Amino acid sequence: ADAPVSPPAEAAELRARLRAGRHTVLVLSGKGGVGKSTFSATLAHGLAADEDKQVALLDIDICGPSIPKMMGLEGEQVHQSGSGWSPVYVEENLGVMSVGFLLSSPDDAVIWRGPKKNGLIKQFLRDVDWGEIDYLIVDTPPGTSDEHLSIVQYLSATHIDGAVIVTTPQEISLQDVRKEINFCHKVKLPIIGVVENMSGFVCPKCKKESQIFPPTTGGAEKMCQNLNVSLLGKVPLDPQIGKSCDRGQSFLSEAPESPATLSYRNIIQRIQEYCEQRHSREEKSI
Amino acid sequence: NLLGVRHILLVLSGKGGVGKSTICTELALALWHGGHRVGILDVDLCGPSIPRMLRVQDRAVHQCDSGWVPVFVGQDRGIALMSIGFLLERPDDAVVWRGPKKNALIKQFVTDVAWGDLDFLIVDTPPGTSDEHISTVEALRHYKPLGAILVTTPQ
Repeated sequence: ADAPVSPPAEAAELRARLRAGRHTVLVLSGKGGVGKSTFSATLAHGLAADEDKQVALLDIDICGPSIPKMMGLEGEQVHQSGSGWSPVYVEENLGVMSVGFLLSSPDDAVIWRGPKKNGLIKQFLRDVDWGEIDYLIVDTPPGTSDEHLSIVQYLSATHIDGAVIVTTPQEISLQDVRKEINFCHKVKLPIIGVVENMSGFVCPKCKKESQIFPPTTGGAEKMCQNLNVSLLGKVPLDPQIGKSCDRGQSFLSEAPESPATLSYRNIIQRIQEYCEQRHSREEKSI
Repeated sequence: NLLGVRHILLVLSGKGGVGKSTICTELALALWHGGHRVGILDVDLCGPSIPRMLRVQDRAVHQCDSGWVPVFVGQDRGIALMSIGFLLERPDDAVVWRGPKKNALIKQFVTDVAWGDLDFLIVDTPPGTSDEHISTVEALRHYKPLGAILVTTPQ
């Protein structure tokens, strides 16, 4: 099947908002609860550590928006101006948008069918005044449905560097992730690579390593080999990750010595390299 | 097709990956061990986990006069299961459907599966509060579900 494409006028509008020279990374998984939002937040913090880079984090998980809490922005509201909706800024160079900022109470359920969700996602892309950004990170809900089709369709007018797909080592997760990989192929979305989260646990007391989610079918490594996609890295379980998420703090800053931080940083670097290389390949071809 | 079902239970969570499908499976097995007739309806169309959890991922569904015949698990056919997992040509095929198509299949799953007489029908759902949830509740309303079990983790 061909990648879905926006009508021309709409495409021009979106292109104007999201200017060229920008890198867009979609964070996907077929499976829920594997650490997409955690990874999106960490990636955003990691990229924004370079103060010269302007980073935007867009949360299109309409029913279960985790990003506001993870970024310590719960309770923030979105402001309108002449140039559109203002993102909520964590740092000067890190702006965030999520349906979470539009709710009157954090426990309000967003009980919307597909078309209404699609409408909001379009608004997020068209009406948010991101300014000049270097990286747009898009956090998605689990699955292969409206939100995923819509974001690929609406961004087809501009440029998506690719998708980072998150999984855990279990076959139950990989089963859904293979579907997500097929989704990417179907809509012609390049795959930057796969991240395996919750990959082993090192006890802080006895330092022994345990597999909490055993890779009964070879984990992400085997799946990536079989499907010819890159394994960007494995991130071990660290209880500090969950705590940082709950508290809205950057795990990379809170636990700089953790093996998980080292893994995250390596993965972030590989993503940056992928984006930069792609950019210079395209410039050459022009 | 649902008139022979005594109790309908939904297993929900807002959040993904907390163990909804695992709980559905264990609950079904526990009820079956307790001598009850049990069915599981898996309405997670994008990420159906129940077939693998019950080791029936390679089975297929067949039609009969009253509709689709569920897959029966175990030698004594103790647990009846319906999932989109059984309708895929290949297990890795992505179900890339927008809401209306998902809604249509869920309606079929509710009205067109020949469950027979069951004591419990457990409905496994995907994360969220969207098409699948709205359609499932609407389709089941007439049959007065017993209620919902909500699953979470401590975070």
